Amino acid sequence: MESTDHDDSPRTRGSAPGAALRAALPATFPVFLGYTTIGAAFGLLLASSGLPLWAAPAMSIFVYAGAAQFMGVGLIASGAGLAEIAAATFLLNLRHMVYGLSFLETYSRAGARKPYLVLTLTDETYALLSTVAAPPGIDPDRFRFWVSALNQSYWFLGTLAGTLAGGLAAFDTRGLEFSLTALFTVLLIEQTRKVRSPLPYLASGACAVGAYLALGPSRMLLPAIGAAGVLLFALRGRLEARG
Amino acid sequence: MDSFRILASIAVMVAATAATRALPFLVFRDRKVPGFVPFLAGYGPPAILTILTLYCFKDVDWTAAPHGAPEMAAAALTAVLHLWRRNTLLSIVGGTALYMILIRLA
Repeated sequence: MESTDHDDSPRTRGSAPGAALRAALPATFPVFLGYTTIGAAFGLLLASSGLPLWAAPAMSIFVYAGAAQFMGVGLIASGAGLAEIAAATFLLNLRHMVYGLSFLETYSRAGARKPYLVLTLTDETYALLSTVAAPPGIDPDRFRFWVSALNQSYWFLGTLAGTLAGGLAAFDTRGLEFSLTALFTVLLIEQTRKVRSPLPYLASGACAVGAYLALGPSRMLLPAIGAAGVLLFALRGRLEARG
Repeated sequence: MDSFRILASIAVMVAATAATRALPFLVFRDRKVPGFVPFLAGYGPPAILTILTLYCFKDVDWTAAPHGAPEMAAAALTAVLHLWRRNTLLSIVGGTALYMILIRLA
């Protein structure tokens, strides 16, 4: 796989910028469908949450992490503290670290585009870039840049459409907040395909239920995360022995 | 709502997200990755996603009718759809639509 990754031949080096963009457009079409729809749901949700409308495009440009943005709307609207928001966001996005670790080599020669590539490595962009290679004759770094930029533009456009629709018309959006529950359910099922041992799910689930029963709904999150972290490292030997 | 607090909250989210994406590249540019990093990156997500998924149900009133039935039904549909088609969009839209319908019927 790595052999085609860094084709530095003059032929690919000199490929026109337009060619990489034209190759990236059809490759990102599935993400277009997903990001515009879920981005619009995010915009609608934010508009109905009572947060100012500027927060939606601001988050989609600068945070650009779907699940964290949905969660963030709920946390900010319910008055969560900065430490809680920081910890929950960091831990929720911890899975992006796996993507980074597996792309250390891939992005090592991306030059000026590298910071943008690194900061926009979402679930979908990673999934796409780790399965779809640049067509022959297209500079792979340029291709990866356009895939990343197009994906973010879809997310931004969806957000904008949803925010405007939610800000202009009074939709009955009661229940739309369930999209976050559904999103987490999907991400959790996806996790079970990667981490098959039931141990981390059971251990952290017990921490969540315990914190809910002991501290109540509004103060359970950080203690549950902390307890699960301690428990996870205590179980490290067993988890790593299983592989 | 206080604009400054919202701005600070978003800034914190930007920093936390950027950290998870940039840290591997900043820290392990030419150094060996220590064992606890892949461990944390591998087993952290299933743990946090379990907690966050359960956290979504924190405000459900289990003692009064309808005893969380809309939430459970919609989550079950989301899971079934995802196990069946593995299409993220279909699973989320299907589950959310069912929930929005059920709470209007109740």
